[in-house]
Amino acid sequence: MRHTYPFSAIVGQEEMKQALLIAAVDGRIGGVMVFGDRGTGKSTAVRALASLLPPIKVVPGCRFSCDPESGEGCPFDCPVAKGRPDLRAVPFVDLPLGATEDRVVGALDLERALATGEKRFEPGLLARAHRGFLYIDEVNLLEDHLVDLLLDVAASGENVVEREGLSLRHPARFILIGSGNPEEGELRPQLLDRFGLSVEVRTPEKLADRVEVVKRRDRFDRDPAAFTADYAAADEAVLKRIDKARKRAGDIAVPDAVLELASRLCQAVGADGLRGELTLMRASRALAALNGKKTVTTAHLAEVAPMALRHRLRRNPLDETGSTPRIARAIAELFPA
Amino acid sequence: MSDAALAARLLALDPVGLGGAVVRARPGPARDAWLQMLRDAMPDDTPFKRLPSGIADERLLGGLDLGATLAMGAPVASAGLLAEADNGVVIAPMAERLPAETAARIALAQDRGEIAAPFGGARSTRFLLILLDESVEYEQVPPVLAERLAIHIDLESGQPDHPELPPIAAPDYVEALCAVADALGVASIRGPLLAAKLAQASARLAGRQAVAEPDVALAVRLVLAPRATRLPPAEAEAQPEPPPQETPPAEADSGESKTEPTLDELTELAIAAARAMLPPGILELQAGRARGREAAGKGAGMLRNSPRSGRRAGVRQGPLRNGARLDLVETLKAAAPWQMLRRREAPERTGILVRRDDFRIKRLVKRAQSTTIFVVDASGSAALARLNEAKGAVELLLAESYVRRDEVALIAFRGETADLLLPPTRSLARAKRALADLPGGGGTPMAAAIEAASLLATGVAAKGRTVTTVLLTDGRANIARAPDLIPSDDADCAARAFRLLGLKAIFIDTSPRPRPEGARLAAAMGARLVALPRADAATLAATVKAT
Repeated sequence: MRHTYPFSAIVGQEEMKQALLIAAVDGRIGGVMVFGDRGTGKSTAVRALASLLPPIKVVPGCRFSCDPESGEGCPFDCPVAKGRPDLRAVPFVDLPLGATEDRVVGALDLERALATGEKRFEPGLLARAHRGFLYIDEVNLLEDHLVDLLLDVAASGENVVEREGLSLRHPARFILIGSGNPEEGELRPQLLDRFGLSVEVRTPEKLADRVEVVKRRDRFDRDPAAFTADYAAADEAVLKRIDKARKRAGDIAVPDAVLELASRLCQAVGADGLRGELTLMRASRALAALNGKKTVTTAHLAEVAPMALRHRLRRNPLDETGSTPRIARAIAELFPA
Repeated sequence: MSDAALAARLLALDPVGLGGAVVRARPGPARDAWLQMLRDAMPDDTPFKRLPSGIADERLLGGLDLGATLAMGAPVASAGLLAEADNGVVIAPMAERLPAETAARIALAQDRGEIAAPFGGARSTRFLLILLDESVEYEQVPPVLAERLAIHIDLESGQPDHPELPPIAAPDYVEALCAVADALGVASIRGPLLAAKLAQASARLAGRQAVAEPDVALAVRLVLAPRATRLPPAEAEAQPEPPPQETPPAEADSGESKTEPTLDELTELAIAAARAMLPPGILELQAGRARGREAAGKGAGMLRNSPRSGRRAGVRQGPLRNGARLDLVETLKAAAPWQMLRRREAPERTGILVRRDDFRIKRLVKRAQSTTIFVVDASGSAALARLNEAKGAVELLLAESYVRRDEVALIAFRGETADLLLPPTRSLARAKRALADLPGGGGTPMAAAIEAASLLATGVAAKGRTVTTVLLTDGRANIARAPDLIPSDDADCAARAFRLLGLKAIFIDTSPRPRPEGARLAAAMGARLVALPRADAATLAATVKAT
């Protein structure tokens, strides 16, 4: 049995953890972009979250996590069994750098075609990530044609394949998690805007924290089972929190005053498009749900504003001021103390 | 025992924890001797696999063995090199030539310890990775891999002698290693983590129960010092604010130990060990290389004329090599007319009978990506204005080009030397930082500048990118590469050498009234001459784009 580093054992990185939890509560928020250097624990956190989420119900026997309740049926001819749905871990797919379009979108099943002459579709990574996470490390190095393709699928929730004499479509709804280092190449604004939230991670600055990170990781590597067991209760608590928040999120009220404030904030910082406001609203609602509140307050709004907006600000290439301080300034001006 | 020999034995002791090593060494007896040491240290039946830098994905990760599949009429899987190397060693000679995507796949396989097998399931891939770094100048081993490998050693530099430290149990070596990492400017948390693993392995190798001072010092030498980006603070301020620390219990079990060192003492000792490793000059070089590395290695994934990606431009008949993509429909079409005939020959076979000759491969074309190298004259009185305009042009080009994924680099020359201030990068953030304060004034080392540009341009072109060199100067060389040469002749000589490379160049003459020297030099370089006495950032950027 392979062990994943427990989510609750991650030292610090509060904003990233918060953003991942919010994205897990409401899939419509649209993924998280994590900016940061190598070795700051980006991948660890994302993988930890995926392995912590409650298992999903899938059509029994289906290879591709089709939802039994969607009524869509499996678009691939899996040997589907009748009966009770399978419970399966949330899919987590790594999109490797340099992946070919075939692997991402899916292609003709070469094996079948050669062995039996049958024309059959071999689903790609997009199909595998359905209802789970699609993680792209170093997303800023992804080739442009793949970026375009991903944007399209992420927006529509559907993968349309028209190639090699195949013509089909299948649902592909996933939470897109990207990570990258802005020092190694810029991201296109169109791609950035598709991510609901963005966070910036750094190596912990305090020596004590760094020591703790190293010690925990070392303990985990020596004895993963015991280490995971130590944090099982804490992880379970996080899982419950997500689960409750998911159930509650729909019932949470967003007062008009808060909505208005959200609009004014977007205007003040010059965030393009309506997507910012929508994300701001959904994220603060998810946060209120995570905190067990019934109503969204301005405090929730202020807490999620940096992660919901910082990647949407129109930027002047020659302007040095970072996005985060600009948002902080706007919050300080607009929000009643 | 030398550090290199120790490194080999430590790797054998904890292959999974340490990940492997970056070994800077060109082919030769020193390298062979070290690899033999590693072989001797590993168990007898350990698989050793060599990883060619141009390895195709199917060979690396495994896949359908098409030849065998066709012969058998049933799918035959082939194991990838990484799976074959499970519990063994993968050796990558010329690691600096590994494409970024191959590096990314190896990193993922090592992180997870397994890869998906061709027909479902997973295959274990726990291997020790040895990157043989043969890079020169602006090349670099893929940082994504280097970062994950604990030990970085250089077999080419003379190994300094290290005094044997008496084994005294180290109170809290993890804290000491974190403090040293901090002092050396090692940002990634993997640094201290791998150092801690190395210290543990070293203690085990020496038969000690607990990690002791020599282990910590070794970890600093093999893991942290090679990753340093700054010199540790000078002796006086060496103490990086020690967290309050209770005095350790007085006696350890070992008879010879008098008192245990405090955390501060240990940290100081370790920093001293690091400093001994790092003569100031070396560090500068390393920091420069580290920066250069980031930039150059990264884009590398996209530059190849890869047969695997790009826009489709038809099909051709050919063998399935180097990850070429089979065009299935065309292949089947090619096979169709022969089916009756082939079936008669092999009546027992079912399905479509496809032979090697039927293979049709997709032809893919990709727009070559470009790198613009600015070589800016920072000498004399006009320097400041010129530099500022060049900086402006670099930023403008970058701001526009990040969609097209083009790169920009900047070399400035003044006084005696030409310096690479901005290694090829697409990143505006980096460019701004590198350009923030450029000094100006001094002589005009034209020959050195052209030589630096040739080197960089050759390196970039070797990666398959289109290079344009833009030289901004008033064309008056007054410093030669050696004191006994005449500066203008030396510059001509460098310019002719540049021309031999056959690379595109633009010579922008910024002198108020263009003079024949400029024109002559431009001709010698084979560069297009543009006179822009009052070059401003926007005009410059426009000129480069138009050319």
